[in-house]
Amino acid sequence: MKIILFIIQKEFKQIFRNKAMLPLLFVMPFMQLLILSNAASFEIKNIKIGFVNHDNSQTSYKLISKFQSVSIFSLSENFSTIKDAEASMEQGKVDVIVEIPNHLEKKLLNDNQTSLSVIINAIDGAAAGIENVYVTQVIKDFNQSIKSELVMTSFDSENKPYFNVIAIPSFWYNNTLNYKTYMVPGILVLLVTMLTLFLSGMNIVREKEIGTLEQINVTPIKKHQFIVGKLFPFWVIGLLVLTIGLLIAKIVFSIPILGNVFIIYGFAALYLMVILGIGLFISNFTETQQQSMFISWFFMVVFILMSGLFTPIESMPVWAQRITYINPIRYFVEFTRMVMLKGSDFYEVRIHFMIILAYAILVNFLAIWSYKKVN
Amino acid sequence: MPQNTMIKVENLTKTFGNFTAVKGISFDVKKGEIFGFLGANGAGKTTAIKMLIGISKPTRGTAVVAGFDVQTDSEKVKRNIGYMSQKFSMYDDLTIRENIVFFGGIYGLSRQEIKQKTEQLVQELELENYIDQLVISLPLGWKQKLAFSVAMLHEPQIVFLDEPTGGVDPITRRQFWEMIYAKAHTGTTIFVTTHYMDEAEYCDRVSIMVDGSIEALDSPKGLKEIYGVNSMNDVFLKLARNIE
Repeated sequence: MKIILFIIQKEFKQIFRNKAMLPLLFVMPFMQLLILSNAASFEIKNIKIGFVNHDNSQTSYKLISKFQSVSIFSLSENFSTIKDAEASMEQGKVDVIVEIPNHLEKKLLNDNQTSLSVIINAIDGAAAGIENVYVTQVIKDFNQSIKSELVMTSFDSENKPYFNVIAIPSFWYNNTLNYKTYMVPGILVLLVTMLTLFLSGMNIVREKEIGTLEQINVTPIKKHQFIVGKLFPFWVIGLLVLTIGLLIAKIVFSIPILGNVFIIYGFAALYLMVILGIGLFISNFTETQQQSMFISWFFMVVFILMSGLFTPIESMPVWAQRITYINPIRYFVEFTRMVMLKGSDFYEVRIHFMIILAYAILVNFLAIWSYKKVN
Repeated sequence: MPQNTMIKVENLTKTFGNFTAVKGISFDVKKGEIFGFLGANGAGKTTAIKMLIGISKPTRGTAVVAGFDVQTDSEKVKRNIGYMSQKFSMYDDLTIRENIVFFGGIYGLSRQEIKQKTEQLVQELELENYIDQLVISLPLGWKQKLAFSVAMLHEPQIVFLDEPTGGVDPITRRQFWEMIYAKAHTGTTIFVTTHYMDEAEYCDRVSIMVDGSIEALDSPKGLKEIYGVNSMNDVFLKLARNIE
């Protein structure tokens, strides 16, 4: 224990003496948090909408002005023929075309039911889904009796329109949903992970490069003493960065923290051990900081893209979903959302705790085992 | 092993794939001896030292250092030896005092002992005014003397010096050897490699390694007689040339 304290003391001195380190630890992550949280949004704004009005009735004009009054439809244009409208869509000038058929008003009055057609440029599938919901909502809001017939269209490289009828019977949409609430906890997890993985991965390799690791291997120090002493400072820094990040989330972005903060810290403490273990494992198999950095980056990119933060895990192919089971970030992203946004208690996240605990034990066992004082 | 034999090496061999870096070397080093371990670059000196200090496993053969087998008891060996590598291996971004505290600490010295040792060490090296300066700001010669003293902090029975005076000016080299002599007088065994043949003359016994084998082992005086030359430099050249 005493020996570990000497190492920790030395590490902290070196970290805080390094002029590049402090901004890296305490400025960059929070700049990233502030920038990314505002930039990483799935919100669809400024939808360009076109109308083809064959009816020219009172009702049809009312419907159009209803659309125009909704702020997310930024630009509206009237076309005389559906051909013109489609040409405009091919050029990317409109995203959505609403075609109002002949006798819309008449049918509505006589049969109490009518339909109109909606064409959506589905080149970006996710955006098209959301646009569809907006359009449908406006129409429903206007009159329950109008049914929209949806046509999703996208243009391939030869610019030939391809039509596709998609029936979306019900699409859950919460129009008060704030994307920041959803993204900020996840981005915070990524930043804490990146920082601790890179720093721990590079720290031990650095001692290999400058030759001090050899000097340490010649001392009777025990493997676990060295490793605990080396990783503990980064564990503390990880928790510190998490704390500042949570404060920013709460104060700047008003992200609710519904669950117990102690559960979050308990989980983060275990989670950081997994990440630090991975960093150490990487540094055991690399000789230079560059190698370590590249390998860490490789894992980081895979972990981030398969974390479920940017794309839902449920929509990945089954084999990819299986890969996400070994992705520690996946568990932390799920966990933070459950605890922060849903207010889950310990019982509800016990599986996450068990998995991450097992992971921490396994990774650190491998890391200590692969650290060799004798070659 | 007799009481006063500190290092006993028998048929020590290290191979890397097809390449044999150390080819079955054997020798003894006595307590308090200054043992010069010479050889051209690439002759296998560093590989041999790494086996003796327990950071590289021998492929074959045995080496008993300070009474412990490096193959089976390498951690016990480490408790009893000091090591200073050709690569300066203290922390540049720590001060002299912090380096001493750290290395003393990981050898298990108490804070009290470390404090005492620090005072004694800076006094001996006349570094009182620089104790709280970063090591990076010191001249190389000072660093090497400091590294030697730090390697001696835990009072090891044997100290291994791998080219300790590389790149150091003649005055500092002289001072360095005075430090070595002083330690040897207190009974510490010194195992040193060097490329300076004048330094080889200071050793009690010298072995010369060529291509992974020890080609000659005797006192400097004895070696000069055997090869009929006047200086260690000529001994070295003669041996190296024979191989070519």
